[in-house]
Amino acid sequence: MSLLELKNVSRVFGKLTALEDVSLEMEEGELYAVIGPNGAGKTTLFNLISGFFPATSGEIRFDGVEVTRLSPERRVAAGLVRTFQITEIFPELSVFENIRIGVEAQLGCSAQPWPSRGLARRIDRRVEELLAITALSSQGGRRASVLTHGDQRVVEVTMALSLKPRLLLLDEPTAGMGRAETQHMVNLIRSLHQEQKLSILFIEHDMDVVFGIADRISVLNAGRVLATGTPKEIAANPRVQTAYLGEAA
Amino acid sequence: MTGRLARSLILWVLLLLVPFWLPMVGGYTALASRILVYALCAMGLNLLLGFTGMMSFGQAAYFGLGGYGAGLVLVHLSGSSWLAVLAGTVLGGAAAFLLGPVVMRRRGIYFAMITVAVGQIFFFVAERWDSLTGGEDGLTGFSRQPLHFGGYVLPLSDVPFYYFVLFFFALAAGVMALVLRSPLGHSFVAIRENRRRAAFLGIHVERYVWAAFAFAGLIGGLAGALNALQNNFVSPENLYWVESGNFVIIAVLGGMRSFWGPLIGSIIFIGIQDYVSSLFPNNWESLIGVLFIIVVLFFPNGILGIIRRRAGLA
Repeated sequence: MSLLELKNVSRVFGKLTALEDVSLEMEEGELYAVIGPNGAGKTTLFNLISGFFPATSGEIRFDGVEVTRLSPERRVAAGLVRTFQITEIFPELSVFENIRIGVEAQLGCSAQPWPSRGLARRIDRRVEELLAITALSSQGGRRASVLTHGDQRVVEVTMALSLKPRLLLLDEPTAGMGRAETQHMVNLIRSLHQEQKLSILFIEHDMDVVFGIADRISVLNAGRVLATGTPKEIAANPRVQTAYLGEAA
Repeated sequence: MTGRLARSLILWVLLLLVPFWLPMVGGYTALASRILVYALCAMGLNLLLGFTGMMSFGQAAYFGLGGYGAGLVLVHLSGSSWLAVLAGTVLGGAAAFLLGPVVMRRRGIYFAMITVAVGQIFFFVAERWDSLTGGEDGLTGFSRQPLHFGGYVLPLSDVPFYYFVLFFFALAAGVMALVLRSPLGHSFVAIRENRRRAAFLGIHVERYVWAAFAFAGLIGGLAGALNALQNNFVSPENLYWVESGNFVIIAVLGGMRSFWGPLIGSIIFIGIQDYVSSLFPNNWESLIGVLFIIVVLFFPNGILGIIRRRAGLA
């Protein structure tokens, strides 16, 4: 059974059809990329999967369960967790405090006014663990707003991880980053995939990133899936070359 | 960390010794009681204002209700000062708890407006319901009663009353500090910092605004009850929106982002009120106004923010 399955999903805004008849299947443990030129419908696709707005028609199943009409919060609880393209963190709080809010939410104790010592220790340990995974440990005490753009994006990813995702949705994880920052993010995604065994679906502009790490790729163009396959297959596909890669080159 | 511990030790020692040192610098103990009462109410308000990021303009409603609750108990029910304080606290907290659902969905200026409106209802009720509240003249006919400890009777003259207030101040400050360090407090701050993100993490923002609002009302009720005992009088003015404004000014003046900011604000506000009003009875408010404008324009983190920055640089 697929982890994520989209069947003939469409989304219409007024007269504009942003997505038309999109179907894709992703397996557990895959690192899956969605690429496409600007306006192809990548972000719309993300918003439909994470529940930010409903599909006009079609069906989305997560782990065999239909989630097409679930609220974003319910999808998060089910393990479908996304990051945001524009960094959405708590700017005046430290990195540690940022992640702690996510950990407390995941443990369901956000409303706890007097935590036991045991719970408080468990929370702190979990935060430290997460910071270690994303190599942010040394930044824990710094205010999030003073970090570099790249590190803020890593905080954003760590916050998503704090919710224990079964499928992590990354919305253009390297957008606006320089070479070194991009490389750092790519390494992080690869290690989350290989060491933490996370299933990851991401949309991305940067071709080098996509072809370097993705197991499989779907190419969107004008709201439709143009092709799906391994990086090799996609690179060799003449339709993709004319629609997208040719234009980019 | 040790610096922090030392600072709070100094603060508590200074507060404990007020009756000894304050008269030496030209103050008097009852002034310190007043400062603590207003500080406490503003610290309660600051849970909303500074920590949850919700602009409440109706804190006086719960301050006033606390006062009437305490006063009415002493007039009609019992001669216990403890019970009077308990009744005022519960009344303020219960009113805020019940009204929470009315205000919790509003944001920004609408939240401010609805908290004012709700507060004004209590003001009009208190002013009209002569037989219960004494109407415009306020509630009189009670005075704070001595405390009984076994066989020992302690009359609440100025100095013992200061310790009575300090006891409740310390208790409430302790509870507030603990809550702000708990996951609940972290959730409040998360809402202030990024409401959308907090909601997406699964934090039900409105319920937390409700909780913060009820908590602020509870603390406001406690402060109001102590205020009634301090003055042996409750005025409908205690419920009026202008009084709510005073609490906002106290919190902003001292520093909304810091736990102790409102205490500093109260020292300045009540201090100026006391000293300057004896010199220029009609002008003390303009001095507060000028100071308030200066702080808002140039020192958004309040007076305590300035002190902290100085200390950090030194």
